[in-house]
Amino acid sequence: MKILVPVKRVIDYNVKPRVKSDGSGVDLANVKMSMNPFDEIAIEEALRLREKGVATEVIAVSVGPEKAQETLRTALAMGADRAILVVAEDVEPLGVAKLLAKIMEEEAPGLVILGKQAIDDDSNQTGQMLAALTGRPQGTFASKVEVSGDSVNVTREVDGGSETVSLKTPAIITTDLRLNEPRYASLPNIMKAKSKPMAMKTPADYGVDVSPRLKTLKVVEPATRSAGIKVADVDALAAKLKEMGVTA
Amino acid sequence: MSVLIWVEHDNASMKDATLAVVTAAAKLGDVHALVAGNGCSAVADQAAKVAGVSKVLLANDAAFANALAENVAPLIAGLMANHDAFLAPATAHGKNIAPRVAASLDVMQISDILSVESADTFTRPIYAGNAIATVQSSDAKKVITVRGTAFVKAEPSGGSASIEAVSGGGDAGLSAFVGAEIAKLERPELTSAKIIVSGGRALKDAATFEEIIFPLADKLGAAVGASRAAVDAGYVPNDYQVGQTGKIVAPEVYVAVGISGAIQHLAGMKDSKTIIAINKDEDAPIFQVADIGLVADLFKAVPELVAKI
Repeated sequence: MKILVPVKRVIDYNVKPRVKSDGSGVDLANVKMSMNPFDEIAIEEALRLREKGVATEVIAVSVGPEKAQETLRTALAMGADRAILVVAEDVEPLGVAKLLAKIMEEEAPGLVILGKQAIDDDSNQTGQMLAALTGRPQGTFASKVEVSGDSVNVTREVDGGSETVSLKTPAIITTDLRLNEPRYASLPNIMKAKSKPMAMKTPADYGVDVSPRLKTLKVVEPATRSAGIKVADVDALAAKLKEMGVTA
Repeated sequence: MSVLIWVEHDNASMKDATLAVVTAAAKLGDVHALVAGNGCSAVADQAAKVAGVSKVLLANDAAFANALAENVAPLIAGLMANHDAFLAPATAHGKNIAPRVAASLDVMQISDILSVESADTFTRPIYAGNAIATVQSSDAKKVITVRGTAFVKAEPSGGSASIEAVSGGGDAGLSAFVGAEIAKLERPELTSAKIIVSGGRALKDAATFEEIIFPLADKLGAAVGASRAAVDAGYVPNDYQVGQTGKIVAPEVYVAVGISGAIQHLAGMKDSKTIIAINKDEDAPIFQVADIGLVADLFKAVPELVAKI
């Protein structure tokens, strides 16, 4: 079974995004970019399934700028077998899902494992949309994945706890934080990744229209809170709570 | 404009998250509430009483019992022939189902909206809440998820909507529900609590977390939350997590104990009305957003506070 893992190049998790002064977006010039953290978890899960002998090949795919090659090289260095880059900028989740649906047709993977959301646009849509477009089941926000025969049990993080669903493969899975702890790429593997195959494509190759449906009119900083007061001791805090009516 | 909304429920009762969606939907048009489940007529009765709901659509089918997206999305997509927008709460169910509906209608969803600016323009948080985008949709129909804390809750009584049975969808034969492990809560639920006491990594381990945080929460009648660091360290389960990747909360009072105030945590609680922080590091970023700060060793201060309130 093949596993397809879409990954996205995003602002690094540890960088605080700055809104551009003209309100047109977030300033990404000279900012460290990395693989979306949820996508690293997706790659890791696919690799573990290959190591268990469940999967035979892990294919990383990205829809993004030319520079997303770096993100795919990271995936290859972690252990993915080959990569596909569809070069296109600022494609919305619906467009990405349409491209992935075409790639699914070509590659016929048994599983597609994606991050539940990208930490830039925070949409949380692509996996569910891909499942809809391909008419396949979806296991979103996964904390555990168990493949047996032609079905997969996915334990999902839901409000108040977890639930388990059984899905027929091919299935679409989106990852939550607790699914696994992604490995670091070792230096020899980083070197090896440089010679792994990477196919370069465009949306036109797949006959997919990726023109956006949403127009961003402006981007602003959120309302800020200002620091309040500091109280001297527990007595003063207890008095404040009483004053606020929180305690009797 | 007629707007279809997803009623969040457990087949027995309607969840509060629904009420904020009613408020958002009412800004767009006539609100029709979809109750899809199994043996959930009591939920339909509740939904019919919500002020602002003009019609309840009740889809009773064993295949809808656990809100499997594969089964309910076709039902919703079918009903969208007669509606202009679909709104769901940004809950685990809403986030799971809405994009499946959107893609089957060839619509680009607008996730987690904070406000309705006009019939096609909305604001939503991006970059973990570090920026707020105003977006305009060119799609003929809108599919939207709603951040519950950003909208006032509609009145749960006062309405008298009609209830109409609808059908469509059903068992798609793609997925099955195996089981759930929902923690039995002895305290209020995080997303609807008026007061939250949250603990961070400084709590050391699961036993200490329980020993320090739980008594304060119980004294205040509060829900218990945690930072991602505390969850990652295994002190409490993941569903306690407050933050961009966990739950977004906005209680009346948020008490942060031993939480430094990482960006991703602040994104989940900075809309709280009053923030109280207890931390021994006076330079901790949490103090930059706290209304009331106490610089103290939490292991002494919290038990002392519990004794004094």
